Amino acid sequence: MQFLLDNFWDLSVTGLTQGAIYALIALGYTLVYGVLRLINFAHSEVFVTGTFASIFVLHAFGLGSDDPVPSAGMVVLYIAAAAVGAMVASAATALVVERVAYRPLRRRNAPPLVFLISAIGASFAISEAFGVLVDRNNVRVPNLIEPQTQFHLFGASVNNRQLLIVAAAIVMMLCLDQFIRRTRLGRGIRAVSQDPDSAALMGVNKDRVIALTFILGGLMAGGAAVLYDLQFGVTRFNAGFVLGIKAFTAAVLGGIGNLRGALLGGLLLGLMENYGSAIIGSEWRDVVAFVFLIVVLMFRPTGILGESLGKARA
Amino acid sequence: MSEDRMLDVRDVTLRFGGVTALDGVSFHIDRGEILGLIGPNGAGKTTCFNVMTGVYQPTSGSVVFDGRKLGRRKKHQITRLGIARTFQNIRLFPEMTALENVMVGADARHRTSVLSALFRLPRHRREEREGRERALALLDLVGVAHRAEETARNLPYGDQRRLEIARALATGPKLLCLDEPAAGFNPAEKAKLLELIRRIRDDGYTVLLIEHDMRLVMGVTDRIVVLEFGKKIAEGAPAEIRDNPAVIAAYLGVPEDAA
Amino acid sequence: MTISDRLGLADRLRALDDRRVQLVTRPRQWWNGLPKPVQWVAFGAFAVLLVLLPILDPPILSTPDSDFPTVLFIVGVYCLAALGLNIVVGLAGLLDLGYVGFYAVGAYSVAVFGSPSSQLATAYPWLVCVPIAIALAMVAGVVLGAPTLRLRGDYLAIVTLGFGEIVRLTALNSGVLGGAAGISDVPAPPGELADGSRLFGVIDAKPYYWLALGLIFVIVAASRNLERSRVGRAWLAIREDEDAAELMGVPTFKFKLWAFAMGAAVGGLAGAVFAGQQGFINPESFIIQLSILFLAAVVVGGAGNRLGVVVGAILVAYLPERFRELAEYRILVFGLALIVMSVFRPQGLLPSRRRAVELAARQDQVEAGVNV
Repeated sequence: MQFLLDNFWDLSVTGLTQGAIYALIALGYTLVYGVLRLINFAHSEVFVTGTFASIFVLHAFGLGSDDPVPSAGMVVLYIAAAAVGAMVASAATALVVERVAYRPLRRRNAPPLVFLISAIGASFAISEAFGVLVDRNNVRVPNLIEPQTQFHLFGASVNNRQLLIVAAAIVMMLCLDQFIRRTRLGRGIRAVSQDPDSAALMGVNKDRVIALTFILGGLMAGGAAVLYDLQFGVTRFNAGFVLGIKAFTAAVLGGIGNLRGALLGGLLLGLMENYGSAIIGSEWRDVVAFVFLIVVLMFRPTGILGESLGKARA
Repeated sequence: MSEDRMLDVRDVTLRFGGVTALDGVSFHIDRGEILGLIGPNGAGKTTCFNVMTGVYQPTSGSVVFDGRKLGRRKKHQITRLGIARTFQNIRLFPEMTALENVMVGADARHRTSVLSALFRLPRHRREEREGRERALALLDLVGVAHRAEETARNLPYGDQRRLEIARALATGPKLLCLDEPAAGFNPAEKAKLLELIRRIRDDGYTVLLIEHDMRLVMGVTDRIVVLEFGKKIAEGAPAEIRDNPAVIAAYLGVPEDAA
Repeated sequence: MTISDRLGLADRLRALDDRRVQLVTRPRQWWNGLPKPVQWVAFGAFAVLLVLLPILDPPILSTPDSDFPTVLFIVGVYCLAALGLNIVVGLAGLLDLGYVGFYAVGAYSVAVFGSPSSQLATAYPWLVCVPIAIALAMVAGVVLGAPTLRLRGDYLAIVTLGFGEIVRLTALNSGVLGGAAGISDVPAPPGELADGSRLFGVIDAKPYYWLALGLIFVIVAASRNLERSRVGRAWLAIREDEDAAELMGVPTFKFKLWAFAMGAAVGGLAGAVFAGQQGFINPESFIIQLSILFLAAVVVGGAGNRLGVVVGAILVAYLPERFRELAEYRILVFGLALIVMSVFRPQGLLPSRRRAVELAARQDQVEAGVNV
């Protein structure tokens, strides 16, 4: 307990950093849930694809895992390139999953459980494909950022990497929020979320909206993947599993289908994990996360903010 | 007098946020009668059912059934007290057979535990047999017996409506609440349905009938309660209701002060 | 394409589907038409064949790269677990992604109460441990279910997923449960051979397979009894329309809790049998992916259909072992197979009993000249 009090702000900063990544991935779950009312179980692999794609891009630039950190200008270029690569790859994966594993089932009006099985199949297949590709080894990320403390916040040191991650996550979420609120395509997503049948009657092309939703979720997951690579410096073919569960937990925590809920849930989950593991030990981190989820759902059965992207269908 | 009361709805008000769905509604149903509950769309008829069956808790007021206040009883407990209902938009168990649908209703009167089902103890076997016989008899009563083994999803529309009635009767109710049972029926089907309702009453059940179509209600009910915008605007014998200016205004959509 | 073309296509698809149902229904009708004694003899012969399977070691079925009886035993454990999960998912329609948690509770109960190397003072024999394992798994089911069963489907899914992880991480992080190293010397079922060696030994997995087989028969019979009772009807009604079920007098919460408890009990039993055969368990054996495999077994065969679930479990557990030479790719192929299966056979491999009964009824009517 003393450790928590002594390091409260340090723990908060790391918790928020972690939570920002959860939140970005959670957005993908929430978006798809909003329009299709199903858990896109393969979203974790959409994320993993991004973590590999950004490394492949960096390798293509000739960066090795043990090379020193390049000059500042080049770092910006490299990160931008990696981000583009990861986002494109993740969005493409999401789209392929939609086409191959979901759309045929929608056409056949399959029961929800079957969507889940199909998604699980896609998840296994993608993750294993990477496993085979890299011989199930860890893949290290070239060094791009040397963490340096930038300033102190209530006595907690904040480094450049943490700043970048939180800032990038916030910018991406703002862009998504504006896109969904302001653009015609975004209105389509909201319309389908709220009432798919009326939306179809009003001339919204449901298939296109669904595809767009998967792409948006993929873009966010790709962004999260680059930030994850920067933060942890290593990825694995099965890295998505735990992260996917956490992100989904974050989405449910905030109220699935609710974009702001995903943000809130992600940040809260990151914070609670850090505080909890400070109190009872870091090996209990995941247990803290799940117990927190169960307790919240007992009192707020549809998450903290409720389901609002579309109203819950009875 | 209270001996004859089946159900007493006392000054029931129900609000959702700022919307008042029911506003001080009171009426009663006597044992063995067929009461019609009518009113234009959105008048609060189905909401009234939902309060009586425990789906909603009234904001104020109370419902007394067979001498007992419903209070905060759960939905399934109210069913076991003896109120059964059908649904305006049919809600059968689509992947179960017609027979199984009715047996679910009959199970409301059964007492076998999970363990006696697991080991097929004698009481379980006896109840299974009785439930099955009762369900078949009820399917026969509503005229769906020849489709007992078909899944509810695949039954024709009219059979689905009649199956709902059989399922509700299987729970062994004292009061049967029918929510627009004739919706979508042609005149011939409606006539047969009225006959069925009368037969159900003659078998000793009390019936509460929601119907949109006034002419239909006139033919079968003993008494009618009219709702509009969540308020009771009239109550009386069918003949009185037919000539009631407020009712006519409500149905023709004329504002009350103009009527 | 005109509308009538579309209608024609729909009819053809329906006819195709009916043919598939017939393919399963005909043998079933033929079987039901046989006289009772013939049925018993045929059933007995089939049972004997199953019992002799590990001794016959048939060339095509046999697994060249791993011990065949052990593979059969593992397949049996999967069948048990899938039968238990089928009660929760297939019958009551509750999406449980953390079923491995109950399996782990069962396995760890046997290990903690039975192993001399656990920290408990007395090491109880296997036969005492198994009822404890089942009881504790049921308690776990009720403890998890009571606060969470009011949640809607997808929320329940993530909560159960979390539960599965909580169980594994608790085992991993607490000393009493052996931590990452696990617990060894898990007791085996009793029994001795004529030469004084143990019946349930380390080398020969055949007795374990027979044990699992016997338990499968028991569980199939038990879940059949439940399914054909008011309990099974209540579960189906809850799956179909929970609110309507409640309004028809079904105490939905109570029966959902029972589904969880029954499913958990079978899962605990499967875990207890598994732990006995392994003789050693650690958290590695209870990863969440196993939950997903169990779920896949249930859905692949046709959720709610006992025979289908057994077939699904056999596919999920056996195929990867049979094709071990493709070890590198087997999960990849398995994943692709799940997608293909979902797309082309969304109702599972076997149609449900209801679907078959219904088709039979339709045929009867056609034969009787009733216009359908």
